[in-house]
Amino acid sequence: MSETNKELSFEEALEQLEIIVGKMEDGEIPLEKAMEYYAEGSKLSKICHEKLVKAEKQMKEILGKDDERTSFEIQEDN
Amino acid sequence: MEDKYLSVTALTKYIKKKFDVDHHLNHILLRGEISNFKHHSRGHMYMTIKDDNASIRAVMFHKQNQHIKFQPENGMKVLITGYISVFESQGQYQLYIQELQPDGIGALHLAFEQLKEKLMKEGLFDPVHKKELPKYPQQIAVLTSPTGAAIRDILTTMERRYPVANVLIIPVLVQGKSSAASIAEAIKKANKLEKLDLIIVGRGGGSLEELWSFNEEVVARAIFESALPVISAVGHETDITISDMVADLRAPTPTAAAELAVPSQLDLLEKIKKLDQFIESNILHRLERSREKLSAVESSYVFKYPQRLVEDKEQRLDRAVEQLGKQLVYIVRGKQEAYQYIDQRYQRINYERQIEERGKRVEELMSRLERVSNQQLQQKKQLFGNRLAQLDLLNPTRIMKRGYAIAYTNEQEIVRSVDQMNKDENFTIQFADGFIQASVQEIRKEDNHE
Repeated sequence: MSETNKELSFEEALEQLEIIVGKMEDGEIPLEKAMEYYAEGSKLSKICHEKLVKAEKQMKEILGKDDERTSFEIQEDN
Repeated sequence: MEDKYLSVTALTKYIKKKFDVDHHLNHILLRGEISNFKHHSRGHMYMTIKDDNASIRAVMFHKQNQHIKFQPENGMKVLITGYISVFESQGQYQLYIQELQPDGIGALHLAFEQLKEKLMKEGLFDPVHKKELPKYPQQIAVLTSPTGAAIRDILTTMERRYPVANVLIIPVLVQGKSSAASIAEAIKKANKLEKLDLIIVGRGGGSLEELWSFNEEVVARAIFESALPVISAVGHETDITISDMVADLRAPTPTAAAELAVPSQLDLLEKIKKLDQFIESNILHRLERSREKLSAVESSYVFKYPQRLVEDKEQRLDRAVEQLGKQLVYIVRGKQEAYQYIDQRYQRINYERQIEERGKRVEELMSRLERVSNQQLQQKKQLFGNRLAQLDLLNPTRIMKRGYAIAYTNEQEIVRSVDQMNKDENFTIQFADGFIQASVQEIRKEDNHE
């Protein structure tokens, strides 16, 4: 699981985190399992956080006539 | 000039020229009602415009009618701009329509209502066709003018809320004749591009005419057919277009479209923080609880004083053995008592039976005795009877009746021998029926007696 964490999208990481939280809400799970979930959940929340905060500046592109993409900046037209 | 006669063509040309040079007929504003409407397959429209008392033939060529937004119908009251001329081959004057508008309500309004009704009937607005928007879109296509307020509002809102998502702007014309086709084309193109999650199509505010491309059927159909979810954001809050109705989600403004398209980063960070806190506190709580459980077990009596556990067990064993002995005695005693009781009962029953049996025996003996004694009595009676009969036979009286008599001495002894008697001795003779006093006369002894 942790091997593929690098590949996770924000959505997938958040989804997995929510699943883990759901599992941890169940009081019946053994402590070892809970520890595993905790480790995994911490990793995922870190991933989610990084994906949100440390994301590169939003990529803004514009599609040209020949479908080539070029970066786009807002032009103040007045 | 010898020929005084005109050709039909020449006359018609003359008449036509008269019409054509007339300033009034060159520019006519006419109010009337459409009848005999025919939309020819080549694109031209033919109709009759009439009122209560008159009518005039009219034509609207394709070049002019392709821009009218509504569908002319019979009975429709219209406002017409045009001119009068002559259709030479038919020798007929007619109205050449350049502009056609519905009388009363605006043409665009009518067109809007007509298209809306048509598409509604087809089910294009049906909620079942509405696609769910992705919760966390990564690639968003924005179809609008690359200049203007709309794109700026969308980009700044998205940058602020969710910079994780990338935006691809597909520039389109948002007003003018070819804008509808431009928008429809861009929607189709976006669907062919990879990795896109969502389309936002729209423009900023403007007049009904300026927003009109978003009320065009071609745009509505392109939105409907889009595999990607489409958010429509046209003009202001109050502007509702056909595009808005077909789209999976209508945003009242471009800014609102960006807000609806992406989640808020701050909300998400808050959410992640909460989830993180949950797992943190959850695991700490678990560990604490587990530790408590463990120390509770460790400090338990058993762990502290294991020898007491054994002592206790031994004591219990002793008690059990003791109990066992007692129980055994109880059991034996119980059995004995039970035996005695049964034996007593048996004995009693046996004694009673013996008494009963003996009683029976006595009874039996008694009855036998009775039977036997009865028999004996009978026998005795019979014997007695017999004896009595014998006795009777021996009864001297009876014998005497047969002629015997008994002689008695004076001493009252029966005379059995002559020797007992003496001469002249008195004696008594008994007969059966009485006595005779007699005296002995003679004694003659005979030897052959007996």
